[in-house]
Amino acid sequence: MFTLKQVRYKDILQIESLKLPAKQVSCIVGPSGAGKSTLLKLLNNLNSADSGQVFYQGRDVEEIDPIQLRREVLMLSQKPVVYPETLQDNLEVGFELIEQSVPQLKQLSSILEIVKLDKELAAEVKNLSGGEKQRLSLARILLLDPEVLLLDEPSASLDQQTEQEVIENLVKYVKQEGKTLVMITHSKSIAQEYGDKVITIKNGKVAKEE
Amino acid sequence: MEGIIDLQIWQLVAAYIFVLILLVIVRIRKIDREQEIILATVRMTIQLVLVGYVLTYIFEQDNYLFTILVILVMEIFAVNNIYQRVKQRISLKLKKIIALSMFVGTIISMFYFLLIVIGLDPWYEPRYFIPISGMLVGNSMTGVSLGVERLITGIKDNREQIEATLMMGVTPKRATKEIVNEAFTAALLPTINSMMGMGIVFLPGMMTGQILSGVSPVTAIAYQIAIMLGILGSVSLTVILLVQLGYRTFFNQRAQLVIE
Repeated sequence: MFTLKQVRYKDILQIESLKLPAKQVSCIVGPSGAGKSTLLKLLNNLNSADSGQVFYQGRDVEEIDPIQLRREVLMLSQKPVVYPETLQDNLEVGFELIEQSVPQLKQLSSILEIVKLDKELAAEVKNLSGGEKQRLSLARILLLDPEVLLLDEPSASLDQQTEQEVIENLVKYVKQEGKTLVMITHSKSIAQEYGDKVITIKNGKVAKEE
Repeated sequence: MEGIIDLQIWQLVAAYIFVLILLVIVRIRKIDREQEIILATVRMTIQLVLVGYVLTYIFEQDNYLFTILVILVMEIFAVNNIYQRVKQRISLKLKKIIALSMFVGTIISMFYFLLIVIGLDPWYEPRYFIPISGMLVGNSMTGVSLGVERLITGIKDNREQIEATLMMGVTPKRATKEIVNEAFTAALLPTINSMMGMGIVFLPGMMTGQILSGVSPVTAIAYQIAIMLGILGSVSLTVILLVQLGYRTFFNQRAQLVIE
């Protein structure tokens, strides 16, 4: 799905070569500040590499319309972003932002089940905990139905049990729908259990590929 | 009473007694502002005397080049004033947008207002062109300054949210829509507020001046209403140009957020 060749980005990243397979789960692990988030941002061209090339389905990302690319290759940042009022507003806002029609309520509810958010659609977001906001943000982008999901620690603020459940559901969903998932995780066990491929990044370099 | 009481030199000198009173007060209270007060008084006097002579000269010349020159100087002064007034660092790209918005916005408003609304003939008649343009440019300058400040802080403070939105394949235009709208509203607010208080809270300078020089209050009001609408138009036009073109300077061709 993605191929990186001699990519350099500032002093942060320096990747000789890396392949991320299609329709599989790739987990990225490594210490904080190693350049993991930057790597994701290169994949959807939120950052451009200073040198080297990033290919998406064989095409240089610099040659793809960035908006189109990001709609196919959706990224979720670590810090959840919530919009005012209800859960429903938060799920619908994604569609409003990309000027597409909003799906039916049934679909909204089923996405909440995948991310294990047991709340009414009419519930107000101001009462949500950090972990719940994170799952809501995840639900928002799942609903947008991209080809590739780039997730930056989607379960960082969840307790261990919820984390396990959410990731399990997420991976099941992704496999079932034939999507590609690239996920940064702080948890080695999650990476080992769910990652078809596990990439360790240290000091901006690929330290290990399993 | 027809016309205006011509101020004699001694009458003008008598008015300076107010400055003396102020100087006495600050000296007694030991407020260390004497030099500034004197400087401000001297500057005000010299600048106005010079402007008086310059305007008299220009009014007598009946030459459109002088009108154009004055407008040009006014615009350059206003644009520089915006650069200095805004506290944040302004990128070179945004500086260009500011200058463009001021020039295009005020000049369109000026010509529409003077030629269509007032029906000026000849078009460059400096007695009308210069003071009215001054009001349009001055108010637009205040609006654009506010708009620039709000736009920069809005984008810088919401950097993370904007990036999170871009990640979803949202266009820079949509990602900054709320910030752009807020900057526009904030820039327009002083003009709207002054329209609200007009005639009740204060009598505007132009109207007061016209009434003092013997124009009937009804005519003065008609002019004031027209100029207020002209100001509103000019501020709106300059600010909408600024925000619509300005937000783009924070993004590159790859729709990435770049904050210099």
